[in-house]
Order: sequence, then structure tokens, then C-alpha cells
Amino acid sequence: MSEPVIVAENLTRRFGDFTAVDAISLEVSGGEIFGFLGANGAGKTTAMRIFCGLLEPSSGRASVAGFDAMTEPEKIKNEIGYMSQKFSLYSKLTVKENIRFFAGVYGLSRKQAKEKTSEIVDQLGLANTADALVTDLPLGWKQRISFAVATVHEPKVVFLDEPTGGVDPIVRRQFWDMIYEAAERGITVFVTTHYMDEAEYCDRISIMVDGAIAAMGKPADLCKQYAVPTIEDVFISLARKATRHGD
Amino acid sequence: MAGEGQAVVVDGICKSYGGDVQALQNVSFEVKPGELFGLIGPDGAGKTTLLRILTTLLLADSGSASVHGLDVRREFSAIRGIVGYMPGKFSLYQDLSVEENLNFFATVFGTTVKANYHLVEDIYRQLEPFKTRLAGNLSGGMKQKLALCCALIHAPTVLFLDEPTTGVDPVSRKDFWGMLGRLRDSGIAIVVSTPYMDEAARCERIALIQKGQIIAMDSLAGILASNQTETYAVRGEGLLGVLKALRAYPETRYCYAFGQEHHLVLKGDADPKGAESFLRAQGHQDVSFRRIEPTIEDVFIALMQDQADV
Repeated sequence: MSEPVIVAENLTRRFGDFTAVDAISLEVSGGEIFGFLGANGAGKTTAMRIFCGLLEPSSGRASVAGFDAMTEPEKIKNEIGYMSQKFSLYSKLTVKENIRFFAGVYGLSRKQAKEKTSEIVDQLGLANTADALVTDLPLGWKQRISFAVATVHEPKVVFLDEPTGGVDPIVRRQFWDMIYEAAERGITVFVTTHYMDEAEYCDRISIMVDGAIAAMGKPADLCKQYAVPTIEDVFISLARKATRHGD
Repeated sequence: MAGEGQAVVVDGICKSYGGDVQALQNVSFEVKPGELFGLIGPDGAGKTTLLRILTTLLLADSGSASVHGLDVRREFSAIRGIVGYMPGKFSLYQDLSVEENLNFFATVFGTTVKANYHLVEDIYRQLEPFKTRLAGNLSGGMKQKLALCCALIHAPTVLFLDEPTTGVDPVSRKDFWGMLGRLRDSGIAIVVSTPYMDEAARCERIALIQKGQIIAMDSLAGILASNQTETYAVRGEGLLGVLKALRAYPETRYCYAFGQEHHLVLKGDADPKGAESFLRAQGHQDVSFRRIEPTIEDVFIALMQDQADV
């Protein structure tokens, strides 16, 4: 197995007297697809913000792509991509402009950005819509373009925060085909989702309850361990025990 | 009059935005009092447009619709008094407290929280500890419960809910559907839209909607029974490799990932044994095939593929 790309050791984050993330430990290897599950308010977003170098841990340690979240957050940002359903593309820019813009932000040269843009346009079959404003595109296309943009610089890790809400079952699966292909190229994928069937596409998952990791492993092993048919059943039995509410 | 005694009647509704975007194409259905009716389809299918027409916020281009016999065009103001509507975007007052929002909506409809408290009691009890908190500071799950209370406080006879469970975790989703079931049992007709196919099981009847058209409508059992496409679940080590190999097999019609396995539909009456030996020849030794009953997602995919193949 390759070197771990994401490491957390007793990672903790407090806000005042509230412990949002409570001593979590995990290791994710290169090219692994890791599903980071939990109810709304379980602490996923806080942990993800630490991994992205956006928030300092209160105690414990986190490192991503070999850089420490406390001391080298700026270096982490160079090595990762990030996509969320809530924000990812500029709706008043065209598809091409978006790709070129993000390629620039992620430090690609003008020439690389141009090459990458036509590569993505080809791959996604967007030749006819490359000059359309993003706002006019169906949600499923936006999601796939967002993912392509988040990986335009071939990062070591891509963080996906609920990337696939609301699309039809075929489009949702086309999105997962892209995730699999990125993982095959060696990109580590760290994804949160509320679709429990998507949890089963992951190599491993963790389920957070009240800031702590309540279960972690391969989806099939967790189903066996809890003697239930699906990850949804595992999730519900664990999340029911939560004592805190809300986001 | 046709559809007498129905809570909702929709007859041949069409709506387009700016000519070339056909949001709804000839949509018709009826919902009975005390029925929980699901509109299931992806973003952009036309669900919101339909709910906005039924709540008299938008006019259809053609066709007619009524709520409890009241016409959505001519009798819109009477309809507004008897329906509850929970839009997809959170639209309560963020800078009013939980309690103030509920009082406000009761007053707007000329009633009081006290008069109709029994309708929301079951849900509001969970919000009561936070009743002085500003609505803007509530968690997603609690916002959704408050929005439901505010949509119910004037004792509507029909409730329209636009994607109430999108972005909500599985536990809160399950709880929310439990609440809807109890409301339905109390006699309220409920029309709810959702992109989650698995929520079909919670509705008496569902309409699968895609690109402005209803592509199937029945009970879940009825829809499953009338779409018996021969479907195989395939398992094996290295799911992506197996998926690619299955898609490369010439007799494959389509194949998609479903959790820890793939669902495969072959062309015509091709034998799955052929696909199995094809996979083994490609180096996937440990694969297993089994015939399965299609799920609602399989059916939705099958209907979409049928349309694409026409």
C-alpha cells in the first residue's frame, strides 16, 4: 500500500466549550476513495476545513500530502482540489473561462491551461457548449465540470463536499465514473455524501457521530459487522445514538 | 365536473419558459384526499414549476388544474387559504425567532397558534426547547421542521412540499417521512417532490417525472411490476474494471454501478452466461451473476434508456 496521503491523529477542534471534532484518527492512502459520512452537525465540515488548511486544529495532528495542517496550511492548499455543490463555478463565466480561470488559480501556465481546457472539453463532450454561460447548463453538467476543474492541476487529494445532490440516477453514476477514473490516476478522493448507495462505492468509509468516528472500514465489512444489509442501516443505527443536534 | 371530490386535479398542463424551454409537457394526474403523492425526478424535471402552478404562484400556458374543485387561475385566492406550501428554498424569516415565525404565519392566515396547535404539536414539541432562537441560526433539520409547522398552522387540506429532504441526512429524512405519514393519516392530501428515488416507497402513488413529462405513474409496486426488464447484479473484485469490461461486452445494453455491485441489462434475449465467460476471458475470474428484481432506480434508468433509444 502506498504512503498515507491524509493522516489525522487525535485531531480535535473546539469552538469555545463546544467540541466540534473530538479526537478523530484516520489514514487515507494514495488513490483511495474515502467516504466521510455523518449526520448534519456531526462535525464533518469542520474536519474537512482542517484537512483543507482552512482551520487550525485545537489539539492533535493532521497532515495532508505530507504537510502539517497547523504549520504548513498554505502548502496543503497547493496539493488539493475542492468541490462542493454549494459553490464551485462562476455562473456568469463560460465553461472555457471557468476552466481557464481555475487553472490559473491553481498555478498552471497559460499554455498548460489552454491544453487542459481543450482536454476537459473533449473528455466531457462539451464542444458545443464550451462557450455557453455556466448558468444555462443542467445541474449534472455543472457537477461534472466542477469536478474536472477541482482536479485540473492533478492534485494529490480532492475533497468533495456533497457533490451530487438532485441529479438523475444516470447522471449521478456518470459523476462517479469520473471519481473512479481520478482514483485510478492516483488522486485520493475524500467525499461526503447523504446518498448511502454512494457510500458503498467507496473503498472505505467512516461514520461520524457527535464529533467522533463511530465506525470505519470497508462498506462490506461494516455491513457484516453490524449484521445489516446496507450502509444506510449501519448509518441509521449509529446516528440514532447522537445526542447533539444541528449543523 | 371531472375529478369531483379529488384534492388535486391536473389536466394537460403545459408550461414553457421563453419558447424553447419546455418545463412541462401535457402533465395530468389526480390526488385523492388523504393521499401521499410523490413527484420523483431530477433537478430540472419540472417539479418546482408544477408545484408553483398548483399553489397559484405561476400560470400555466395551457391545460387546467384545480385544488379541491377550485380553479388555479380563477379562484387563486380561495386556494391560497386552503393549501400549505413549503418551497425548496428556506423561506421563513431568518431574523425572527422560531416562535415568532409560527405566530406570524398563523396571523397572516387569520388564525392563532393556539387554535391549530394540535396539528403541529407532534413536530413543534421537538422545536420547543429552541423557540427563542432565530430561525436563521437553526440547523438544516430543524429549519425544515419549522417550515413544515408554518405550512401547517392554518389547517390546510392540501400540503405541497418542494424537495423537503434534499441535502438532509438519512436519519432526519426518515423522521421527516414519518411525520408526513402521520399527517396523511389525519386526512391531509400531500404532494411532495423529491430527487431521492428510494423515497418512492413512502408514497401511496408516485409519478416519475423527467424533462417535463410524466414517464410513469402508479403505486411503487405497480411501477415495479410493469417494468420487468431482465436485470442482473454482477459482483467481482475491482469494480471499475468489471464495469468497464461489462460495458465493452457487445451484448450489453447498459450497465451502471449500484452500491457494491453493478446492474446489467443485456440486449434482447442475450444469455448472461455469455457475459460471464466474456468477463472471465478478460481476467475477471471471481465474478458472480444473479438475476434481481429491478429497484425503482433501475426502472427510472430503464425508462430513460427507452426514451433515449427511440
